[in-house]
Amino acid sequence: MTIFNFTRRVAIAASAALMIAGPGYAGGHQVVESIHFLIPGGAGGGWDGTARGTGEALTGAGLVGSASYENMSGGGGGKAIGYLIENADSLHGTLMVNSTPIVIRSLTGVFPHNFRDLTLVSGTIGDYAALVVNADSNLSSMSDLISAYDADPSGTAIGGGSVPGGMDHLVAAMVMEAAGKDALNVKYIPYDAGGKAMAALLSGEIKALSTGFSEAVAMAQAGEVKILGVTSDARVDAFADAPTMKEQGIDTNFVNWRGFFAAPGLPDDKLAAYQDAIDKMYATPEWEAVRARNGWVNIHNPGDKFQTFLEGQEKVIGDLMKKLGFL
Amino acid sequence: MLEGLLIGLGAAFSFQNIIMVVLGCLTGTFIGMLPGLGPMSIIAIMIPIAITIGDPSAALILLAGVYYGAIFGGSTSSILLNAPGVAGTVATSFDGYPMARGGQAGKALTVAAIASFAGGTIGAVLLMIFAPALSTVALLFHSAEYFALMVVGLSAIAAFAGSGNVAKAVLMTLVGLMMATVGEGALFNMPRFTMGLMDLQSGFSFITLAMAMFALPEAIFLVMNPARSVQGSSKNDIKDLRITRKEASQIAPVIGRQSIQGFFIGVLPGAGATIASFLGYAVERNLAPEKEQKEFGKGSVKGLAAPETANNAACTGSFVPLLTLGIPGSGTTAILLGALIALNVTPGPRLMTDSPEIFWAVIVSMYIGNIVLLILNLPLIPYIARVLSIPRTYLIPFILFFTLMGSYIGQNNSTELLILVGFGVCATILKFADYPLAPLLIGFILGSMLEDNFSRSMQLYDGISFIFERPMTSGLITVAIILIVLPSVRARFF
Repeated sequence: MTIFNFTRRVAIAASAALMIAGPGYAGGHQVVESIHFLIPGGAGGGWDGTARGTGEALTGAGLVGSASYENMSGGGGGKAIGYLIENADSLHGTLMVNSTPIVIRSLTGVFPHNFRDLTLVSGTIGDYAALVVNADSNLSSMSDLISAYDADPSGTAIGGGSVPGGMDHLVAAMVMEAAGKDALNVKYIPYDAGGKAMAALLSGEIKALSTGFSEAVAMAQAGEVKILGVTSDARVDAFADAPTMKEQGIDTNFVNWRGFFAAPGLPDDKLAAYQDAIDKMYATPEWEAVRARNGWVNIHNPGDKFQTFLEGQEKVIGDLMKKLGFL
Repeated sequence: MLEGLLIGLGAAFSFQNIIMVVLGCLTGTFIGMLPGLGPMSIIAIMIPIAITIGDPSAALILLAGVYYGAIFGGSTSSILLNAPGVAGTVATSFDGYPMARGGQAGKALTVAAIASFAGGTIGAVLLMIFAPALSTVALLFHSAEYFALMVVGLSAIAAFAGSGNVAKAVLMTLVGLMMATVGEGALFNMPRFTMGLMDLQSGFSFITLAMAMFALPEAIFLVMNPARSVQGSSKNDIKDLRITRKEASQIAPVIGRQSIQGFFIGVLPGAGATIASFLGYAVERNLAPEKEQKEFGKGSVKGLAAPETANNAACTGSFVPLLTLGIPGSGTTAILLGALIALNVTPGPRLMTDSPEIFWAVIVSMYIGNIVLLILNLPLIPYIARVLSIPRTYLIPFILFFTLMGSYIGQNNSTELLILVGFGVCATILKFADYPLAPLLIGFILGSMLEDNFSRSMQLYDGISFIFERPMTSGLITVAIILIVLPSVRARFF
């Protein structure tokens, strides 16, 4: 009931509306004629926003002639991945958006494929994770949270907007593990959406919340939560008041990346053109407008760098999930 | 507050914003009539347009208009075709469709329009007065209370059990609850009961199930039983909008009660229009005198007015956590929140002080939106109601088309059509055997929320002690027991 989709026709209508009302096109330096974005989830979600925002910037800046979008939900993204692989030969014009869950879900075997079965185009943006508490909470640093946890492990529940073994849980576990605690004993309470988890934090049902940094910043600016720690290596400019985990002696980092994949066996010249378009996109004012509007952080990882990054993340997450008993 | 209202009036009554309200309401109503496209999808379509407008008040007014329009339009397919497109209008079809079949389509649509208008308007008044104070109430509810609230919602099935066989209704509820467990729950990272099928991984879709349980068997029954097509009425009756004075006095107290009850349920993040409409139906049935009670499910104006008022009031109520806490309580408000952030408006406790013009413009636009909807819709009702006077040979394919389209459009997945037809055939057989199908759908809708909140509370309290330790939970469970027991006690002793 909560997941739904655009039909292709509606998606095209929506993108047409966008194009009609959108800014004029700067011509002359077009790199790719058209891109069809495949979105493995419903409209209004994170994947959807990333694909549509990227398409808007690429076409707005004239790097890509036209963009179309298709939502294909099912199997937690597995359906779209299967579709891309099965129809690889006819889908050279298609880019699929995905993010950290592709690593987690292929580890748990929710779908049979993993990122190695696809052509890696580029990681484009990311969002760090954060642990936050209620603004009037008596905890104000990670060490406070850890002493509260030591005093009463089962009374110090940490919530998140993902299933156990999902991203928010893994971040909480990763942080507690790096702080020298046994992640297995951390009481993680799952909610089916970030908003509901936030409501639970404000109502006092949970002591702390594991969430995306951009969401945390929005709530911190509204004066509703305190950010105990962010999983970046250095403080983030968007909200420099938030201390990192590292500066509090917790040696861990995590980024929830989003990026684009293409069908396996994509010709090299096509791949190079896509990567070139994305590379040039970062310098355009159109991208900057979209990025700022969504609070994204630029994390550009093209081709081989993307592969190295994904393999590293797969190892860290895999080890942790084994420890937690999910694998 | 008066000052704020004036700011809002000033903002909302600009030429641009009036155009936005009308445009939003029209778009919402017409797309909302199609089963399968609920408020969430319509708003998602409109967001790019709203963002290019740039002015946050105008954009939000447009989107709020679309939201109301969609809810308003959504009840039309429930009443005329027995095809509820969103969970919030399932209860509308319980009495709305029998009325339409009985030749009172025009009246049913009018009652729905008036109930929606009243629910939305009274909701807006309550929002204006209580929004700041209610943000704290929304936070009093923990998972334990949500669990108890779902139990109260399930007690609505007692309302159906009363008119038929209790055992059958309970059995169907259990089937619904079981169907809700299919797929990847919020609390488990592995798919359950999917038989390895990827299409079942996110569970059954609500729209497919609603079409299979309500619309499809109805179409099949129409084919098999020619006499059932619009019984004993001339074409003029269908278009007749008039409500008798007696009916007006019957629905007035219902509308009053349900506006308030619906609004407060809507304030709770996650509860929303669906629970509000089921509870509204159950409560009104229990309050009705015995003679009127028998009418429920067969075309009672009270049974139609209750859920229609409640779901509209609840939608208004859902703006409370969105505007005052920045917390989306439903899928639709989550999309609205996304739109707000894209427009550089951060909802939260500071919204009222930092940008009062936006806050008040939204509230004023709710009044205007509801009035515009009423003005737009009342004259159109005779034409819309004429759908039912289409000859059977055209009407049945028409219903089947919308049923299939509604189910496909929701998921963009052809497997949904197989699921739809499969369940549709099962549902038709069950209908023959006189099993009520509404409890199944209620069980399905409430099932996942019931399970999630129950297991969360179990984890938090290391057991089921929360039922006794939390006074509000015990209170709500008691209410549920009363709702279940009351009908049989009344039948025995009064």
